[in-house]
Amino acid sequence: MTVIELQRASKSEQGQGGAGDVPQIRSKNLNLFYGDFQALHDISLDVPKNQVTALIGPSGCGKSTFLRTLNRMNDLISGVSITGEVLIGGQNIYDKTVDVVELRKKIGMVFQKPNPFPMSIYDNIAYGPRAHGLKKKSRIMEIVERSLRQAALWDEVKDRLHSSAMGLSGGQQQRLCIARVLAVEPEIVLMDEPTSALDPLATLKVEELVTELKKMYTIVIVTHNMQQAARISDRTAFFLNGKIVEADETAKIFTNPKHKQTNDYISGRFG
Amino acid sequence: MSKVNRNQNIAFAFFSALGILTVCILLLIIAYIFVQGITKISFDFLFSNPRKMGAEGGIFPAIVGTIYLVLTTMIIAAPIGVGAAIYLNEYTSRGRITDMIRFATEALAGIPSIVFGLFGFAFFVILLKPITGGWSILSASLTGVTMVLPTIVRTAEEALKAVPDSLREGSLALGTTKWQTIKGLILPAAMPGIITGIILSIGRVIGETAAFLLTLGGSLLIPQSLFDGSRTLSLHLYMVAMETGAMDVAFGTASVLIILILLINFAASWFFRRLIKRFS
Repeated sequence: MTVIELQRASKSEQGQGGAGDVPQIRSKNLNLFYGDFQALHDISLDVPKNQVTALIGPSGCGKSTFLRTLNRMNDLISGVSITGEVLIGGQNIYDKTVDVVELRKKIGMVFQKPNPFPMSIYDNIAYGPRAHGLKKKSRIMEIVERSLRQAALWDEVKDRLHSSAMGLSGGQQQRLCIARVLAVEPEIVLMDEPTSALDPLATLKVEELVTELKKMYTIVIVTHNMQQAARISDRTAFFLNGKIVEADETAKIFTNPKHKQTNDYISGRFG
Repeated sequence: MSKVNRNQNIAFAFFSALGILTVCILLLIIAYIFVQGITKISFDFLFSNPRKMGAEGGIFPAIVGTIYLVLTTMIIAAPIGVGAAIYLNEYTSRGRITDMIRFATEALAGIPSIVFGLFGFAFFVILLKPITGGWSILSASLTGVTMVLPTIVRTAEEALKAVPDSLREGSLALGTTKWQTIKGLILPAAMPGIITGIILSIGRVIGETAAFLLTLGGSLLIPQSLFDGSRTLSLHLYMVAMETGAMDVAFGTASVLIILILLINFAASWFFRRLIKRFS
C-alpha cells in the first residue's frame, strides 16, 4: 500500500461523523453452525450508515458466511443454525416475525461471480421492481436508466438495452448486477468479493463505484484483496477461524493494528 | 510407418467405418420408404377420406386423429410432468420421497408399450367406459399420458437442474419469493429444455402403435369429439398393411410419418441448442 492511499484512507475516516451514530447493522454474539461444525464464533460487529465496511481474512475464515447472515441467505442451506442477534434498524432479523422477502428488498447482495439473468439488459434491471408489483412502463424505464447510471454502465449499454445481458463483458456484467440490486432501492448493499472474477481495469471501475455508492447506501464488502480494503473502506473487520480478531477504522487496522495476527495478515505473512 | 502409427490408422478407419455404417442404415431405410411412398403423397392423399378400409383414397382421418391425440395427451401430460419436475428440483431436497418418485419415473419408462396398452384397455376402455366412451381419443390419450410422463418429468428436471443456483440466489437476494423466482426466472430459463422433452414425447405418441391399437379403436371416420374412436398415422399404417395389403398406401403413410418425425427432431435439437447457448 502506498503512502498516498493511506492518507486517502485516513482522510475519508476523518470526514465521517463521530460518536453517537446508531449503527445501521449491529450483530451481537452471533454464532453459526453447519450441522455440528461451528463456522462463526461470537461475532459482534457494528456497521455504520453510509460507510464502506470491509471484511477481510484468509479463505475459510467465515467472512462470506457472516456476510450471508446479514440478508439471511444462509437460510437456503439446509443444516444451518444460528444463535445470537443481527439488528438492522433496531430489529432482530432472526426474529420469527420478520418477513425474509421484505428483509432482502432492503438488503441487496452482489455475488462473487457475476450472475446476470439470461434475459435482456433491460429485463435484468426491471426484474426486481416488476416482482415487487411495478407495472407502469414509463416508471420502469426511469428506474432502469437511474440504476444503470448509478452503476456507471448507462453510457456503455444505452443503445442495446434489449440485447442479452449474457453478451456483456465480465466487468459490465458485474456492474449490471450492481444496477439490478440498486433498482430495488435497498438501504444496504452486501458485496461478496465482487471483483475477484474481474480484470484489473474492471476492478478499478467497481471500486470507484463503491466509493460513489456509499453516499446513498451502507456497504459491507468481503474482499480477499487487502489493497482493495485499504483503498475503498472506512472500517475493516479482520476475520480468522470464524472469529473477529479486530475491527476498527481502516486506517488504524492497516497502520497500527492492535493484534499480532492482524499485523501478520496485512503484512502478507499468511493468508 | 511405425507400428503404433499403423495401429492408430487402422483404429481410425475401423471406427469411422462403423460411424458411416450407422448413417448408411438410417439413410437406406429413409430412402427405401421414400422411393416406395413419396410419389403417393399428394394433396388428395393428405386431405381426402379413405375408401375400401383404407386400401384406396386418402389418409385425412388418420392425420386428424394423430393431431387430436397428440394435443390431448400433451395438454394433460405437460402440466403434470413439468409440475412434478418443479416439485422435485425446486421444492424438495433429495430424500426418500424424491428417490421414490425418480425410481417410479424410471421404472415407468422401461415398461413395454404393449403393457401400457393392456392397462389402458382394461382400465380406461372397459372399466371407465361411461366416462371415456370406450375406445376413444380420451382413452388413448390417458394411456399416452402414462407413457410419456416419465420422459417429460426427466427432461424437465434436467432442464431445471441446468439453471445455475447462482441465478436462484441472485433472484432471492432481490427480495423475490420462491414462486416468483421459479415463474419469472427459472422456468423461462429452462423452457427450451422443457420444450425439447415435450417435443420428444410428441414424437413418441406419433410413433406409438401397440398401446393405441388397444385403446384408440381404429375408426376410419373423422373423430367429432374426444369420446370417438380414431386412428393415428402409425396405426393406420399397421392396419392398412396387415388388413388390406395395400402397400402403396402403407408406404405413402410411412413417408408422411418419417417427414413428421424428422421435422420434430429438428425442432427438438433447435430448442436444445438454444438452451445450451443461453448459459454459455
